[in-house]
Amino acid sequence: MSELIALKNIGTQAADMVDVENGRVKKELYSNPEIFEEEIDLVFNKTWVFVGHESEVPEAGSFKTSYVGRHPVIISRDRKMNIHVLQNRCRHRGATVCEARKGKTKAFTCPYHGWGYGLDGSLRALPKPEEYDGVFDKKDMPLESLKWDSYQGMIFATFNQDIEPLADFLGGAKKWIDLFMKQGGGYPLQVLGEHRFNFPGNWKIQLENTTDAYHFPIVHKSFVSSLDEATADIFDFLDGEGFVEDLGNGHSVMVMIPELTDLEADLDQPIPERFNSLAQALRDEGKSEDEVKKLVRAAHGTGFNLNLFPNVSCSMAFFRVLRPVSVDETEIQHVAIGGAGAPNAFNQKRMRLHEHFQGPMGFGTPDDGEAWERVQKGSMAGTDGWILVNRGMTKLRDSADGNPQGAVCSETGMRGAYAKYKQVMAAGQSAKTATTDTVEEK
Amino acid sequence: MKSNTQLLALVTEFISYEADLLDHKGYQEWLSLWTDSGLYIVPTDLNETDYLSTLNLALDDADMRRMRVARLENGESVSANSVGSTVRMVSRVRILEAGDEAVIVRSAQTLNELRHGKLVTYPANVEYTLKPVDGGFQIEQKVVKLLHADGFLRTVSFVF
Repeated sequence: MSELIALKNIGTQAADMVDVENGRVKKELYSNPEIFEEEIDLVFNKTWVFVGHESEVPEAGSFKTSYVGRHPVIISRDRKMNIHVLQNRCRHRGATVCEARKGKTKAFTCPYHGWGYGLDGSLRALPKPEEYDGVFDKKDMPLESLKWDSYQGMIFATFNQDIEPLADFLGGAKKWIDLFMKQGGGYPLQVLGEHRFNFPGNWKIQLENTTDAYHFPIVHKSFVSSLDEATADIFDFLDGEGFVEDLGNGHSVMVMIPELTDLEADLDQPIPERFNSLAQALRDEGKSEDEVKKLVRAAHGTGFNLNLFPNVSCSMAFFRVLRPVSVDETEIQHVAIGGAGAPNAFNQKRMRLHEHFQGPMGFGTPDDGEAWERVQKGSMAGTDGWILVNRGMTKLRDSADGNPQGAVCSETGMRGAYAKYKQVMAAGQSAKTATTDTVEEK
Repeated sequence: MKSNTQLLALVTEFISYEADLLDHKGYQEWLSLWTDSGLYIVPTDLNETDYLSTLNLALDDADMRRMRVARLENGESVSANSVGSTVRMVSRVRILEAGDEAVIVRSAQTLNELRHGKLVTYPANVEYTLKPVDGGFQIEQKVVKLLHADGFLRTVSFVF
């Protein structure tokens, strides 16, 4: 009983540490290991978690490995082109059946005793099966699968069988995902590769950052200095017409460069000088002037960050994916994207732009990482204290879609994410309490 | 054509010189070691050879190298300001090809970084394409193949 009471207290405590009304959260949310365990259970095991993009498993037999919270999973495509999200755990003695990051295969074979699973997870063969006569039937021992769904090729999975439909969960974020997907330049979006890095800090610090325009000119001064004048002007957006909009369910969009909201609009704009060589390369490949303009505009990436609760962001020109490792360690992927079948010059340009800012050796990420590490370290000062996410909270307006909207450097998106966090932590806790009560009654 | 021993000595001296420049932040002099067309590459995929068509951790032409150095030197980058010291060990220098136009070299390097009081180690195979000039060399290509290139790295605010 005492353990159950303790669990109940932690969930409620965490929810109580989010003061939505005043736009502040207790700094302990970054460093309390018991709260972290509860987050793994209530946030990452029970909501829709992004695991990959369909272009990462393009063909029959393609697979990639990923995580849902702490759980290693495999995303596979079977011979009928159906996608599966499978727990990466042999049903016999628990070994992972796949250690590769991605690839193509006909089967997943456990290295320990040779149990072989199909791409759909079904147990196909095992050595000396006669000893299982009357013990179990092979058909009852597939790799366990997760519930999954996708939107615009983005695959989300969950352990929660009772979860709301993905389309409902994404809600107001869907129209922004649609806009984000236009950066294939008329070609289907394709993952081109990824950068991976970690930082010694809590996952919520990263969750906040993708909807934080306020830090950009400070933390990324050295990046902006490396740009030509015209590009540097584009990134000088704090006084512009951009905004942050709370899309509900913890999702938000931060529009930094409004003129790059719809990459298929304004195609009659002249080609910026820095894209002249790309434009010429595309012309050399025989592309018409209309196609050249469309591809060049798509090469910019979008002018917004769409922050999806809890673990992925459609961030200007890439997917940012976070994974909580421990209360003070977080792994991050910066997934580069381009167009499937798009001209090589286009995808190459997209990758060079990605390398410029993103990843452990980019001109932007290392400075973000430094700031986040300092947040984790500094938040340990004092026995109690608040993290402020109240910027711009008295200057909200209604967006065209009827959502709360604030200035581009407001912390509207962070407040939205924390409101969802509070709801998930509190609701999950009441579900547990209800279960406990039922058990007690029996 | 020099004997291999002589060439090996010259190559080893050059690579050690470059390593010393980078550990002691002699970045401007480091920039002068390159040909105009030279590429500094830190791949994410160690089996890849078409670096231009692949995502890398870094793929720097002359402009990007100059900007990378500016970022490390101009005091605007909070992470660059936090880098303490690096000490790199270079060894196992082997000449794979010795031509008049290009000398291809493979070596082992372990870079140790002290950052916020913590030691971080980066073992790597480093491959050079060196262009012989006036009794010395210029770097045409340097590929740093980190042993854990596809893992989750700490962020890097120095030059490998």
